[in-house]
Amino acid sequence: MSIDVPTTGRALPELQPVRFIGANGQPADTDTAGLTPPSLSTLLGLYRQMVHVRRFEAQVTALTKQGRLATYPSAAGQEATEVGATTALGPTDWLFPTYRDSAALLTRGVPVAEILAAFRGDWHCGFNPYEYHISPAATPLATQTLHATGYAMASKLKRRGECTLTFFGDGASSEGDAHEALNFASVWQTPTVFVLQNNQYAISTPLRAQSNATMFADRAAGYGIPGIRVDGNDVAAVFAAVSAALERARDGEGPTLIECLTYRIESHTNSDDPTRYRDSAEVDHWKQLDPIDRVEKYLRSHGALDDVGNEEILASAEVLAASVRDAMNTDSELDPTEIFAHVYANPRTHLREQQAILEAELAEAGRR
Amino acid sequence: MTVTALTSTEEDPAPTSVTMAKALNRALHDSLAEDENVVVYGEDVGRLGGVFRVTDGLQAEFGTERVWDSPLAESGIVGTAVGMAMAGMRPVVEMQFDAYAYPAFEQIVSQVAKMRNRTKGRVSLPITIRIPCAGDIGGVEHHSDSSEAYWCATPGLTVVTPSNPADAYSMLRESIASDDPVIFMEPKSRYWMKDQLSLPVTTAPMGRAQVVRAGNDVSLLAYGSTVRTALAAAEVGAEHGLSVEVVDLRSLSPFDDATVSASVRKTSRAAVIHEAAQFGGFGAEVAARVTERNFVHLAAPILRITGFDTPYPPPKLEEHYLPTPERVLDAIETWDWEL
Ligand SMILES: Cc1ncc(C[n+]2csc(CCOP(=O)(O)OP(=O)(O)O)c2C)c(N)n1
Ligand SMILES: [Mg+2]
Repeated sequence: MSIDVPTTGRALPELQPVRFIGANGQPADTDTAGLTPPSLSTLLGLYRQMVHVRRFEAQVTALTKQGRLATYPSAAGQEATEVGATTALGPTDWLFPTYRDSAALLTRGVPVAEILAAFRGDWHCGFNPYEYHISPAATPLATQTLHATGYAMASKLKRRGECTLTFFGDGASSEGDAHEALNFASVWQTPTVFVLQNNQYAISTPLRAQSNATMFADRAAGYGIPGIRVDGNDVAAVFAAVSAALERARDGEGPTLIECLTYRIESHTNSDDPTRYRDSAEVDHWKQLDPIDRVEKYLRSHGALDDVGNEEILASAEVLAASVRDAMNTDSELDPTEIFAHVYANPRTHLREQQAILEAELAEAGRR
Repeated sequence: MTVTALTSTEEDPAPTSVTMAKALNRALHDSLAEDENVVVYGEDVGRLGGVFRVTDGLQAEFGTERVWDSPLAESGIVGTAVGMAMAGMRPVVEMQFDAYAYPAFEQIVSQVAKMRNRTKGRVSLPITIRIPCAGDIGGVEHHSDSSEAYWCATPGLTVVTPSNPADAYSMLRESIASDDPVIFMEPKSRYWMKDQLSLPVTTAPMGRAQVVRAGNDVSLLAYGSTVRTALAAAEVGAEHGLSVEVVDLRSLSPFDDATVSASVRKTSRAAVIHEAAQFGGFGAEVAARVTERNFVHLAAPILRITGFDTPYPPPKLEEHYLPTPERVLDAIETWDWEL
């Protein structure tokens, strides 16, 4: 009797990350793994969105420092991965993000106030997942990778053609759920794209304390799926790799692991102090590899962007920032008894009793 | 849900002898037949039919897209069920043994239980997590745990456990149809318990406790495997002139305060019986809420007759650990019956 040996995805990916646009905006001369770069007009749209995202992150970080939000994990420096991957999704595809991925939510059109409801302390998830095809941002690390796999399995069983994309970090990659998700997705051949944002830190823990593998993308081979490492600061590479993975997924060819090599420029959250674990020279080095500068240079050198066009983009980012300030400077109206409203589909007597206690307390305090 | 010309409606003409395992199997079968969004997966549930054969024959009848063997990873099984449920399916997943549900703890407690709440009711997770539970089967280490207290301490979960074949059928059907996620605990030692029954059968609604033996002197509050223990104690008690009422709690969360309180007010004495360890166990919750609601009606403190506060013992010693009818009767003898 012969053993059935799947042979897909056995080749190890290239060590050199796939890159279309170099750090100075020049076309890169590295191997691009047969991927097709986005058109100039797509790239211009990606650039515009990255500028918006950066302004958004800066504004939210500032408001958090002013105490308008409880906490905020910024993705500054990771705009190419956030925007490139999210933009590649089709309208019916689903995104399974983490706390780090507000930029992705913004890119997919979730209103600012709904994105920030969680960090503001209003509610855990501020948006309707079915409206934007985005699951609530997961904080328990890597749990969402399994949800993405399960959702994709349902899509496959129902032949709905929806793909799923999940973000997870270098730290989260060590969690069992990340492993289980990659394995389930491979065995079930689900239409799932796993985007590992390797920003080289899990809070303070550096990459080499997390994994001793040459690179995360190599793991794909062990699961029997294709893996690829891209320059996560090159939006063209991210967009191309995710688009190709989605196409494979839609064609019934199963999941892909995409490692995006990037860097978290800001602190983990506003309450973190990165000077305790990394020096400014390292941060400065990565600032040289900025994901936005390079696209701007590339677009300008290809005649797709001029000063006037850029001014318009920057001005629209300021409009966005103003809307963030407006949203966060408006006090939210919360009904304390809503904590009882959504626990169960089938109402429970003891929750009604406890709600009555709270209602009486509120009445006593003149809040009812 | 429409029930069309499917097997589920083919009334069995006369009651036949049905084991709890068979009743569960039939419930899965009928739910699969009735609703195409129901899928069944887990470890060895496909061709083998599960290690307890509860899923026997389902894959053969419904195919590998409805019933299949998953990779061996409990967090993966539950975590993917979350995604499937978000996409509109009704996954029924099996944890092979209760102690092997622990790898899924994070998904159950942080995701399954909370998704509805964190999304303001926009995302329902109609997932049924079947957990063969408790001991008394001669199982080696890790095969006899009672994990209900963990699940019951988690808002957002519904936790039920049948004690007999008819409830097993009816409550599993209801669990699968529920829009709330349900931890469905199947007492392993009762899988082979038989009743005369015709399926399908509809018993009391899932959230209800039931008086399964009426009595006047004491209320024994039991669930799952200990209902039989309580009934046996009642038999012996009757021989000694003690009139014992037995309440099968059936649903641990939600808890049927009304039925339990009514029983306790009638008898004025209550003892709760479970296999799990006592300290921090479900019995503590029962004792507390029954006392809070019925203090003035009580003639004696509520007793907990439970497993000891030790890890579950090896097979040759489990008879000493499990609450027996004798231990139940000994315990209630400690009350001052003059009061
Ligand atoms: C299961 C779990 N353990 C610990 C934490 C606390 N925690 C939050 S973020 C984080 C670091 C995650 O690093 P990584 O996955 O690389 O993502 P990044 O924050 O860099 O985007 C930790 C340890 C958590 N959220 N979940
Ligand atoms: Mg990281």
